[in-house]
Amino acid sequence: MPEREGNLEALGSLIQGFGVLADPMNIAYMFIGITLGVLIGVLPGLGGANGVAILLPLTFSMSPTSAIIMLSCIYWGALFGGAITSVLFNIPGEPWSVATTFDGHPMAQKGHAGEALTAAFTSSFFGAFVAVLLITFLAPVIAGFALRFGPAEFFAVQLLTFCSFVGMGSESPFKVLCAMMLGFALAAVGLDSVTGELRMTFGSVELLRGFDFLIAVIGLFGIGEILLTMEEGLAFKGKSAKINAKVVWETWKSLPRYWMTAIRGSIVGCWMGITPGGATPASFMSYGLAKRFSKNRQNFGNGEMEGVVAPETAAHAAGTSALLPMLTLGIPGSPTAAVLLGGLLIWGLQPGPLLFVEQKEFVWGLIASMYLGNIAGLIVVLTTVPVFASILRIPFSIIAPVIVVICAVGAYTVHNAFLDIVMMLVFGVVGYVFKKLSYPLAPLVLALVLGDMAESSFRQAMLVSQGDLAIFWSNPLVGSIVTLALVMLFWPVFSALLRKRQSRQDGGTQVIPVK
Amino acid sequence: MKDVQRPRCARKTPFDSFAFKKPYGRSLASGTALAGALGLLLIPNAAQAAWEPTKSVEFVVPAGTGGGADQMARMIQGIIQKNNLMGQPIVVINKSGGAGAEGFLDVKSSNRNPHKIIITLSNLFTTPLATGVPFSWKDMTPVAMLALDNFVLWVNSEAPQKSPKEFVEAAKEGGANRFKMGGTGSKQEDQIITAAIEQSAGVTFTYVPYKGGGDVAAQLVGNHINASVNNPIEAVSQWRAGALRPLCVFDKERIPLKEPVADGKSWNSIPTCKESGLDVEYTMLRGIFMGPGVTPDQVAYYVDLFKKVRETEEWKDFMAKGAFNVSFKTGDDFKTWLTAAETQHKTLMDKAGFTKQ
Amino acid sequence: MEHGTQNSDPVVSNRTMEIVVAGLFALVALVVMADSIRVGNGWGSDGPKAGYFPFYVGLIMLVSSLATLAVNIWRHSGERTAFVEKHQLALVLKVLVPSAVFVILTAFLGIYLSAVLFIAFFMHWVGKYPLKTILPVAILVPAGLFVMFEIWFLVPLPKGPVETMFGF
Repeated sequence: MPEREGNLEALGSLIQGFGVLADPMNIAYMFIGITLGVLIGVLPGLGGANGVAILLPLTFSMSPTSAIIMLSCIYWGALFGGAITSVLFNIPGEPWSVATTFDGHPMAQKGHAGEALTAAFTSSFFGAFVAVLLITFLAPVIAGFALRFGPAEFFAVQLLTFCSFVGMGSESPFKVLCAMMLGFALAAVGLDSVTGELRMTFGSVELLRGFDFLIAVIGLFGIGEILLTMEEGLAFKGKSAKINAKVVWETWKSLPRYWMTAIRGSIVGCWMGITPGGATPASFMSYGLAKRFSKNRQNFGNGEMEGVVAPETAAHAAGTSALLPMLTLGIPGSPTAAVLLGGLLIWGLQPGPLLFVEQKEFVWGLIASMYLGNIAGLIVVLTTVPVFASILRIPFSIIAPVIVVICAVGAYTVHNAFLDIVMMLVFGVVGYVFKKLSYPLAPLVLALVLGDMAESSFRQAMLVSQGDLAIFWSNPLVGSIVTLALVMLFWPVFSALLRKRQSRQDGGTQVIPVK
Repeated sequence: MKDVQRPRCARKTPFDSFAFKKPYGRSLASGTALAGALGLLLIPNAAQAAWEPTKSVEFVVPAGTGGGADQMARMIQGIIQKNNLMGQPIVVINKSGGAGAEGFLDVKSSNRNPHKIIITLSNLFTTPLATGVPFSWKDMTPVAMLALDNFVLWVNSEAPQKSPKEFVEAAKEGGANRFKMGGTGSKQEDQIITAAIEQSAGVTFTYVPYKGGGDVAAQLVGNHINASVNNPIEAVSQWRAGALRPLCVFDKERIPLKEPVADGKSWNSIPTCKESGLDVEYTMLRGIFMGPGVTPDQVAYYVDLFKKVRETEEWKDFMAKGAFNVSFKTGDDFKTWLTAAETQHKTLMDKAGFTKQ
Repeated sequence: MEHGTQNSDPVVSNRTMEIVVAGLFALVALVVMADSIRVGNGWGSDGPKAGYFPFYVGLIMLVSSLATLAVNIWRHSGERTAFVEKHQLALVLKVLVPSAVFVILTAFLGIYLSAVLFIAFFMHWVGKYPLKTILPVAILVPAGLFVMFEIWFLVPLPKGPVETMFGF
């Protein structure tokens, strides 16, 4: 809220920023960017970072302001677009939309694809908007906060993500552990970033690049889902989806009841974007927290709208706020931000503490474009909801081979490697078998995405402290995060104990929820 | 999967039929006098014209998106597109697996494929030594040295050390492993420079590997590490903001850029490490290579192309912003340089114990 | 999970499948542990070595998979439930086999042509569509991908002799 002088100044600069955008060419670039972004977001594999990198040279002949507006709009578009295939086909278009599949796809199977998409887009917009407000008014303060994050703090955040997501489900704990450890083991394949040694490559050139998270999820979720659907007799369950333009409005009416989840998601997202933890962990953490604190927690995983709102707000808030440390410190908060950073350097802009002072027009033009770009993005994607939802009406025997082809293209584009297409198919079979034997997939993918990062932060921290574990309690910041993480890990135990006590006081009328 | 990589290629621009009218190959080197009949008819100074790409050219980056090599490759792609320096499109492909081994092995196996080039960073030398993956620059065809990336020794501006000498003394006084040196990656350029400083000054640091140069600079600003050997472009904004202080540059000579950058100081006012008593010299190659078995015509085409790239304003600007050493070498000159650089890496890495046995 | 009708024969029981998968997990765990010992699984002077975490990851995987294995060997309840029944397996293979052939073809024909063949075959074989429905889908989808990747985004996908013939 603009109360102090600094904030008033920010508001003034922002208005100037909107002036920069008034150029019709910039508005045009904005819409082109959003559309391109949604397109690459929908295609699995051609994610934000790859997509932006591919389109970077196209913007080379534009002015820096127009170029960064278009590129950042591609980025918004990709953030929005990732949810589409997650909901419709259980294929996460982007890593950060994996958590969206958990409830988004079940909703679509029940015939609520339109609702799920609307909820996803609207909460994305909400998350991004909160993050942009933060960038507008608190950029300098927050930039300083990001500097306090060393390896120990990074590890603490990754631990917190993990602990807030992993709870005991109904599956056998041995199977949960097996799946999770498989994720960690796959994450370790390839070059060890700390010692530079090759691990588990067994002399194979193809294993040098390790197992990419995206290829695993395309296979486990996308191909696995097709096999399961096929087994049940050739039909997508979403066929009965009612599609009309009113679905957007109807969904909007029910969204305000998730205000708490949305705010929590935004906070988690902003925090993870700035520190920089990334959009993918943010979406998992937010989903885990929502599940833990929701009244409907039993319904999570079966098509609960709250389970769509939580990861989407967090992912978009994180994706947006990741630009803040990039602009103010030159640290990219996500792989996509790293590519954008490269773009800035190419245009001769030097991100860092002085960017806000020396390149006022550019910075505020960019921030203004975040506001307009997100609104434009929301309009573009919402109008496509009925179109996308109606894709589910296409008969399975047409759509299935098309999905397999698109998955194959996606798997290939991640690393330009043929073997990745084969791996995708193998992961598909693994996903099918795991699903039938109730090995949970979520801990596996979370371990795969976090394993590498967490291991290197941990070992960096150990290098810094010369092998002393006390570094994780060496200052209030890291100490409180680690403690919070441990509390989260044992939360189910605490809450069960609490309930037991409570129910005893109430005369034992309450039933302890079985989870 | 060689059989897959081979046919991967190529597309033509919608204006393909007009493309050959663009002026290439004006100043080609020797031995390329025999040109195709088409070339003779249509290209000015046709006597010198020779080979040119017939489909899109793959530009392999043996590193991830967003890093220094990737930035440079995409910059070059942009310059070529914007100035119409090539009739066919140029396509950047990242092959970063195994510290870049994947990319080099791909080029190594692309025998006689003139439509594939690769940009190098120090992993051309370090990856085979550190991981044992079998490749060397001799398995490829050297085209040109585009530039050399500089390295600067940085400390936090709150730190009391003002010169490399004071820095080394402080590190000695602190005791072995007390000083933390941050850098990008493991057993790559940053750690090699760190090892070289250790060997030359008789100190030991704790080397902490991070993912990227931007991260390292920010970690130094946040005082999580004591020093770094960031490239100029990675740390310049923090220098200008007064958060970091450069102590010395690891090139043979001072950077010739005299325009003030920060606090009235220019790149030129940073002394070389050697002149300030720290006998370490290191620069990183930004060069272009092709697969084995390509013809001299084809090499000459790319040499000429990159000469043109170097002449553009955008490139010059980029070089100045990043305080690069702008040496350009081709042919035997370049090979001599490569041989020397390979020996230097081998000696440094052997001594530091980074070589895979 | 609820499995189909009574009149279909189970191909493999849940118990057998559980044992096989747990066995595979144990095998992977052993490989992971062996390689971790190779790179060093100790705690060095400056923190864990490269194989430290993978080693324990492998160990936990081994113990959990052995536990699952033991549970299923001693408990025979899973014997009566089918992991997959004959008609289900047939359906699954109907997708899986063509997909695998498609991936293999990609190596030789490139992804676009393989996609045309795959989509056309699948629509004909499983969907029993007439040619006039098959052709537009089978041709337009790969063509759309071709335009998008090769021409707009300049992302080269695997291509085969046919594309090379046309100069791509």
